[in-house]
Amino acid sequence: MKIDKETYKKYAKSRAPSSPLLKDMLFAFLVGGAICAFAEGIYNFYLYIKIEEDTVRTLVPVTIVFLASLTTGLGVFDNLAKFAGAGTLVPITGFSNAVISPALDDKSEGLVMGVGAKMFTIAGPVIVYGVISSVIYGVLYWLCGVIL
Amino acid sequence: MSVIRLENAPSVIGYAAVVGRREHEGPLSDDFDLHDEKEKFGMDTWEKAESEMQRLALNLALAKAKLTGKELGAIFAGDLMNQCIGSSYAAECSHRPFFGLYGACSTFAEGSVLGSLLVDRGVFSKCAVLASSHFCTAERQFRYPLEYGGQRTPTSQRTATAAGAFILSAQGAGPYVREVLPGTIVDMGITDINNMGAAMAPAAYDTLTKYFEETGKKPEDFDLILTGDLGKEGHGIICDFMKNAGYDMSGVYNDCGLMLYSAATQDMHAGGSGCGCSASVMAGHIMKRFEKGTVRDVLYIATGALMSPASLQQGRSIPGIAHLVRISAERGGE
Amino acid sequence: MSLFWDIVKAFLVGGAICAVVQIFIDKTALTPARILVCLVTLGVILGAVGVYKPFIDFAGCGASTPLTGFGATLAEGVRKAVDERGLIGALTGGLTGSAGGITAAIFFGYFFALIFRSKPRD
Repeated sequence: MKIDKETYKKYAKSRAPSSPLLKDMLFAFLVGGAICAFAEGIYNFYLYIKIEEDTVRTLVPVTIVFLASLTTGLGVFDNLAKFAGAGTLVPITGFSNAVISPALDDKSEGLVMGVGAKMFTIAGPVIVYGVISSVIYGVLYWLCGVIL
Repeated sequence: MSVIRLENAPSVIGYAAVVGRREHEGPLSDDFDLHDEKEKFGMDTWEKAESEMQRLALNLALAKAKLTGKELGAIFAGDLMNQCIGSSYAAECSHRPFFGLYGACSTFAEGSVLGSLLVDRGVFSKCAVLASSHFCTAERQFRYPLEYGGQRTPTSQRTATAAGAFILSAQGAGPYVREVLPGTIVDMGITDINNMGAAMAPAAYDTLTKYFEETGKKPEDFDLILTGDLGKEGHGIICDFMKNAGYDMSGVYNDCGLMLYSAATQDMHAGGSGCGCSASVMAGHIMKRFEKGTVRDVLYIATGALMSPASLQQGRSIPGIAHLVRISAERGGE
Repeated sequence: MSLFWDIVKAFLVGGAICAVVQIFIDKTALTPARILVCLVTLGVILGAVGVYKPFIDFAGCGASTPLTGFGATLAEGVRKAVDERGLIGALTGGLTGSAGGITAAIFFGYFFALIFRSKPRD
């Protein structure tokens, strides 16, 4: 075949059908928006039943995480996510699903090295990079306070 | 010459295909011997289920050939799991000489090449060729957890839950393995695991053109040219390339990945893949067609994408391979 | 009536963030894990420069539920801790602020993993 790798890669890429962007964006918008709207609803509900606002701020993500874990366990989440894409990935539901889904699968490798260790194969980097960037910010913030 | 003629043309005397639910729901459902709705085959893990599926395929094929496992000279088997455990456990209770193979989706052809060569040369009088893949074991190994909420691109292929088995014998009434052409690694720099068709198509092109050049045959000399698991993308690419090289395959060419599922009613993106895909199409559908006499001369070219999770994460390109096996109803002649 | 508008705002803002990220999923080869990492890091940065807090005040859960909000919580936790305890707060603040979400994900994840089994996707 008289074709070099670069030409072939370009050819393969150009002929490959791309994902339906507008449809994907619409579903992401609708589902992501619905999750956020639901969160806002229960936020107000918790306030309404006289829970302190500081607690509510933690309680809302906890509730969403609970529901995402439950629906993942029931086998519903992945079928919704297939359409929703970023709509379920970006809200904290995506983080929650990333924690529980390997745990579900790797039960067959035991509770310690299976469930315990594999829980963080996808979600681990999120915590690592979140913590590292927050520490960097903390040090810079402290330095600013000292200097100024 | 790369094409190896098998003067004693081993016969396929037994064959069987065992599949999962979605493969059974596909257009070839009547051609499979057995399926399991839950895809667990009575086991408690997906890995055990895959081994069981392969073991069932072997036993069904042996039964059709009216043989017992003891009469096999050797077993050639492979799957997608780390260290080929699916095949090792499946062959455990047969107590026969065992060769574990890794050829990704090309495994069934790889095994058929080796098995028929050794039977042709009189090393074994009978041997078994097995290959399997399971959607759940492959997802866990190569992609994401089963319940992970991800989206798949249109070029991605679904790993088939399927196993296929051939029993090859020096004696038999056919169909016969007449020629084989072992493939070489062809890597055209594709790194996208979601476009394996594009990664494997150059290997299939390499093997096919080599075969036609050396034998002087043309695509229309065959009833069917069947690639294993190129899917929609690879199918389109190989058609383009073959046409440019002066071979018109339209009318005789199909791909196992496109045949296993229904593009209209099943959401399988670019089609099926995995060792079990072409194994079950060959050992199920195609062998039944030989039986009925609707095909008499078939070129089977199974392609494999030989990456690993580590090579993918290191951003390396996907090496492709394609092994060719010619199966005919007649033992001799052209 | 203000409740209704709060929910609409959360819907529109949260949905818009997801739709924008969808462009990156479809148009780049970024894996979901990388996207989540980028979102969290972006959230920490936006929280650090003080943009995210007013954003949450405006959009409520539309801004706090996406993973950028999780990042902003980390940043806010760190700032609070450094204010109270000095430099050591840089180490303790982030996880303190986001402890609820992370612990819930681990606890419920473990709990449900014990109860349920995974199934092949359609």
